[in-house]
Amino acid sequence: MIRRVWPPLLVLAVLLGAWEVYVDSGGVDDLVLAAPSQIATALWDDRSLLLDNLWVTAQEVGLGIVLALALGLVLAVAIDWFDVLRRALYPLMVGSQAVPLIILAPLLVYWVGFGILPKLAIIALICFFPVVVTTFDGLRATDPELRKLMRTLGATRWQSFRLTELPAALPAALSGARIAVAIAVIGAVLAESAGSTSGLGHLMLQAIPNLETPRAYAAVVVLAAFAVLLFYALGLAERRLLGKRSS
Amino acid sequence: MSDGGTSLQGVTRRFGDLVALEDLSFTARAGEVVAVVGASGCGKSTLLELICGLQRPDAGSVRSAPAVLMPQRDLLLPWMSALDNAALALRIGGRRPAAAREAARPLFERLGLGGFERARPAELSGGMRQRVAFARTLLSGKPVLCLDEPFGALDALTRADLQTWLAQALAAEPRTVVLVTHDVEEAAVLADRILVLTPRPGRVVADLPVPAARPRAATDDAVVALRRRALEALR
Repeated sequence: MIRRVWPPLLVLAVLLGAWEVYVDSGGVDDLVLAAPSQIATALWDDRSLLLDNLWVTAQEVGLGIVLALALGLVLAVAIDWFDVLRRALYPLMVGSQAVPLIILAPLLVYWVGFGILPKLAIIALICFFPVVVTTFDGLRATDPELRKLMRTLGATRWQSFRLTELPAALPAALSGARIAVAIAVIGAVLAESAGSTSGLGHLMLQAIPNLETPRAYAAVVVLAAFAVLLFYALGLAERRLLGKRSS
Repeated sequence: MSDGGTSLQGVTRRFGDLVALEDLSFTARAGEVVAVVGASGCGKSTLLELICGLQRPDAGSVRSAPAVLMPQRDLLLPWMSALDNAALALRIGGRRPAAAREAARPLFERLGLGGFERARPAELSGGMRQRVAFARTLLSGKPVLCLDEPFGALDALTRADLQTWLAQALAAEPRTVVLVTHDVEEAAVLADRILVLTPRPGRVVADLPVPAARPRAATDDAVVALRRRALEALR
């Protein structure tokens, strides 16, 4: 355990040390780049503020990911089952990823208001795509011989899907979910910056014009820690889910 | 054919310009083991898929009792245990996982797989995987088994072991069997009759009964003589 923990800690310590020295020696105005010590102080002093806003962002991210996973899985299965749908929907899905969210996010706020809905829409829009692509590829990679075998054993299309294709595509789908989790946090901040009254993205945006730079950086730290936590939590879930296969 | 056999009359199957099988006729009576030998590319696998209803003939007719295919590769599902893989057809038949396992267990043990119930396919040797695949095929409950080069990917020693094992398994669980192989010796050891197919288009050039009683060894005089006749017919 100690052997696995010390390399990243060492790297972190060296980076933070260099950063501290750079800011303290006047290399940059600390209104632009706060020193690690200032950020640590802000983390402690603003802890309840940060936690309250993390809770808002965490809800957006959590619900947004659930929405994106559901949407992504349904779409992947739909375009796998029906060629017509694949031809009709795949280009649209790719196109949806080219929509500039920086423009779309404020428009959504005008449309549906300052609540959680525009945040969920933005997160789902960014995150469904990796889920669709990886799950669809996973389903597509099913051995055609396996389908033949299932047919000769008397399986219906649905049984063949449930017993062979879906479990075979599961690892790919989970990889897609991990990518989705990592980018969902960006989506949340983007959506909050377009119009909101709370959340870590909102907090950052408020802190900078108020010259509370350390607080903005503290919010970034909390956000990054949250993303890392989510990513590894999903990795853990993945091992539990797939671990049954090899044990 | 409702008596558990299989019958093909004047069957032709084309893929574009390629004639895979031409005017092919043969009958396997219930309980008979028919080996189909021929060089690769003579439409042997197509023949099995026709019997199993996975393909339709372009001409002629296929009448068969329900038939199940055992493909060349074992195609075991890597995330299921050996017993679950064997019980796959029972799951498809609508049983719950636990009930399917229990129903599969006696046959699993009769086939000499006892002790490997919980093993994953990746932990099994090639020979053991083929045995599990055969158990899965038998448990489909269909009276006609179509075996496509079941031991093609195994080394010579394991293959000889499994041939003996299959002969015993079929003695205990009699079925109509159409066994496709390129190994004339395997055909002579296991089958009641050997059909020799020409390549492209596949036609029957010889239909050799195997006179010797079971069990047979590859070194029996009758088997050796038959092997020679089949090889001559292949040339």
